[in-house]
Amino acid sequence: MVKEIERAGIPVVHMCTVTPISMTVGANRIIPAIAIPHPLGNPALTPADEKKLRRRLVEKALKALTTEVDGQTIFKD
Amino acid sequence: MGKIKVVHYINQFFAQIGGEEKADFPAQLRKGEVVGPGLALTQAFGDEAEITATIVCGDSYFNENIESATKQILDWVKEEAPDVFIAGPAFNAGRYGVACGTVADAVQSELNIPSVTSMYVENPGADMFKDKVYIVSTKNSAAGMRGAIKALAPLALKLAKGEKIGASCEEGYIPQNIRVNFFEKERGSRRAVDMLLKKLAGKPFTTEYPMPVFDRVAPNPAVKDLSKATIALVTSGGIVPKGNPDHIESSNASHFGEYDITGVMDLTAETYETAHGGYDPTYANQDADRVLPVDVLRDMEKEGVIGKLHHLYYATVGNGTAVASAKAFAEEIGRRLVADHVDAVILTST
Amino acid sequence: MKLELGKILIHDICFAEKSEIRDGVLYVSKEELEKIVMQEEGIQSVSFDIAKPGESVRITPVKDVIEPRVKVEGPGGIFPGMVAGVETVGSGKTYALKGMAVVTAGPIVGFQEGVIDMTGPGAEYTPFSKTLNLVMVCTPVPGLEAHDYESAVRLSGFRVAAALGELARELQPDETVVYECSDLKESFEKYPGLPRVAYVQMLQSQGLLHDTYVYGVDAKKILPTLLYPTEVMDGAIVSGNCVSACDKNPTYIHENNSVVEDLFAQHGKTLNFVGQIVTNENVYLADKERSSNQTAKLCRMLGLDGVIVSQEGFGNPDTDLIMNCKKIEAEGIKTVIITDEYAGRDGKSQSLADADVAADAVVTGGNANELVILPKLDKVIGTLAYINKIAGANAETLREDGSLAVELQVITGATNETGFGRLSAR
Repeated sequence: MVKEIERAGIPVVHMCTVTPISMTVGANRIIPAIAIPHPLGNPALTPADEKKLRRRLVEKALKALTTEVDGQTIFKD
Repeated sequence: MGKIKVVHYINQFFAQIGGEEKADFPAQLRKGEVVGPGLALTQAFGDEAEITATIVCGDSYFNENIESATKQILDWVKEEAPDVFIAGPAFNAGRYGVACGTVADAVQSELNIPSVTSMYVENPGADMFKDKVYIVSTKNSAAGMRGAIKALAPLALKLAKGEKIGASCEEGYIPQNIRVNFFEKERGSRRAVDMLLKKLAGKPFTTEYPMPVFDRVAPNPAVKDLSKATIALVTSGGIVPKGNPDHIESSNASHFGEYDITGVMDLTAETYETAHGGYDPTYANQDADRVLPVDVLRDMEKEGVIGKLHHLYYATVGNGTAVASAKAFAEEIGRRLVADHVDAVILTST
Repeated sequence: MKLELGKILIHDICFAEKSEIRDGVLYVSKEELEKIVMQEEGIQSVSFDIAKPGESVRITPVKDVIEPRVKVEGPGGIFPGMVAGVETVGSGKTYALKGMAVVTAGPIVGFQEGVIDMTGPGAEYTPFSKTLNLVMVCTPVPGLEAHDYESAVRLSGFRVAAALGELARELQPDETVVYECSDLKESFEKYPGLPRVAYVQMLQSQGLLHDTYVYGVDAKKILPTLLYPTEVMDGAIVSGNCVSACDKNPTYIHENNSVVEDLFAQHGKTLNFVGQIVTNENVYLADKERSSNQTAKLCRMLGLDGVIVSQEGFGNPDTDLIMNCKKIEAEGIKTVIITDEYAGRDGKSQSLADADVAADAVVTGGNANELVILPKLDKVIGTLAYINKIAGANAETLREDGSLAVELQVITGATNETGFGRLSAR
């Protein structure tokens, strides 16, 4: 899906847990997420901390969108 | 029912007109004649089918006059109105293979007459036409004639009768990039043990699923100014308004959903849930922001970090969903996002 | 480690006052079994039914399928860590009731429970159309939380299967097969010229309805570990999962693992079957990497020449499969993987979510997306109330004439990835 939206001309960041699949299918900007059932959350945290965690991940994603890349890139910390 | 009628196409060589020096032999219809490999086919058909006409054409002539030759041949085949059209076998003869593929494809697509041809897998005609017509796999020379006819004749009869065609390895045709189920003789574990023993002994073995090659798309330029950008959310994690109004399937989804989140500041257990059947839904159902981060994007919109969060989001279920469907969804989603002047997309997957 | 597996052939099942096995017929007292099931507080009621091969019967939603067994000699009991202690099993003597199965069913827990048809086209695809099935339909107490409901049904199924197995304790088996697997040192000396082969079994471990247990331990919490292949014959691995019914391994498949059987068949002849490695398919990337690293390490430690890897489920576990394959091959160990495909209804899509050139020897259980029409059958055990919701179905699945238009996904065991069946694709 990522690839087709990219093909449409819109930069897209893929937030997913299984980054190897994302690499295999050809996403260009990739943010590793937390876990498959809760990619942008962690039920073990308090709601406030969990939201902070999510905010950090989304900030990383936005940063990736403002970063030029020449090929597939996984944005680690 | 009478005998199945077959029209057979061969080149100048197999019609015993001559080799390369006769390759400019123009297309010729031989009504009621069975020529060259047609004799072996006739024998293999037994009483079930007969060749009612043979079309002979030089390989150079065909390839230098593709349009007119194809048209001429189509006219003849239309006139003969066979139940099935057979071209070849062409083995490793490149121009013959291309000719066989071209006429078989034309007869099938334009006259709606089932067609089959036959050639060596590395014949350029095979790559060009294997997705369009059944191509029975042969050895790389005419020494493989017997084997070719053995697979070609029964497949032609099945096609003529409109019977279900089995998997490539059962029928002997070159795989068409379409996966077809069938029952093997041995169970899977036994086949795995046999394959491993061959692999260990350094003997040839055939994988049942050759690994694919994925294509790539160049990355788009980065977003210049986030504070003016419209960001859209897309997810394959199946986040839908509670009750799944569009009935997105839990697996192998047939469609995607477009949902308006105007005024929605936070996804809650009361308002949103996941339709995805491939992961433990507990966490997403408690708080769908864990998959689709609407809450923090709303905060960032308020703070001016981003221009705005697009008022529509798109969701489907990635679980067991065919790549072709996902591709089609994303093409349509991409079109809508472009039309809405969205600047960037955050796509989340589970 | 040596296990004698005695087979008690069951030709028929009937309900009776008293549970017993006589002349190859299993007599079942509903009352006795009901008492066993009702030990679980989460279960409000249970009903029993019998489905025989060829009958016009459809069972759904199917959760697990279990073969009753009993440990007659040797340490431990059947389903260790679940309904028996945690002694190491796999040696001594075990009796199995062959030709039958206990099938657990009941209102749906998640999305991925299955269908078993005893006749018609659906029956071709499921191995459990050929067994006499004692079906227990469990209803949970209202409001029971999903994880608790799953656990209650799972444990009741094992207790019922163990109780039925117990009926065979004093019987004479109709046939006996001996499985023997040597210790490392001994096997090196015994078969110096034969390639050393192990079986790597990947277990579903993705969360609710996607879990598997090894000696009672949730498989998502294990590091890959080593078993004697006879241990699974005593129920060391059990299913707590309903990934798409077609490619999950019900407990029956663990007890009768066909890779284990077929490797034993060649043991000492063309290969030396060294052991079984079990690993998981977790939802965290770090877990995937750790488990595949450890699996490859165990393969190296065992000095293997070849490995068969079987998957369970699809989607993100395709990555675990490819990681295992790639890393084991990188140790210079020849690898064959068993999987199944999601190539779309038209068969034209990418079959797996991940791929690598190292995976050059693949056995496939077929395309789970293939659409099949299952005609209406006379009787439904369980309920069709959820049929449109389960994985592989859609809003139009249940058609006006009562037939079902479904993908193979919904049929229990259809595209099994331990190579239990003959279905394949090209």
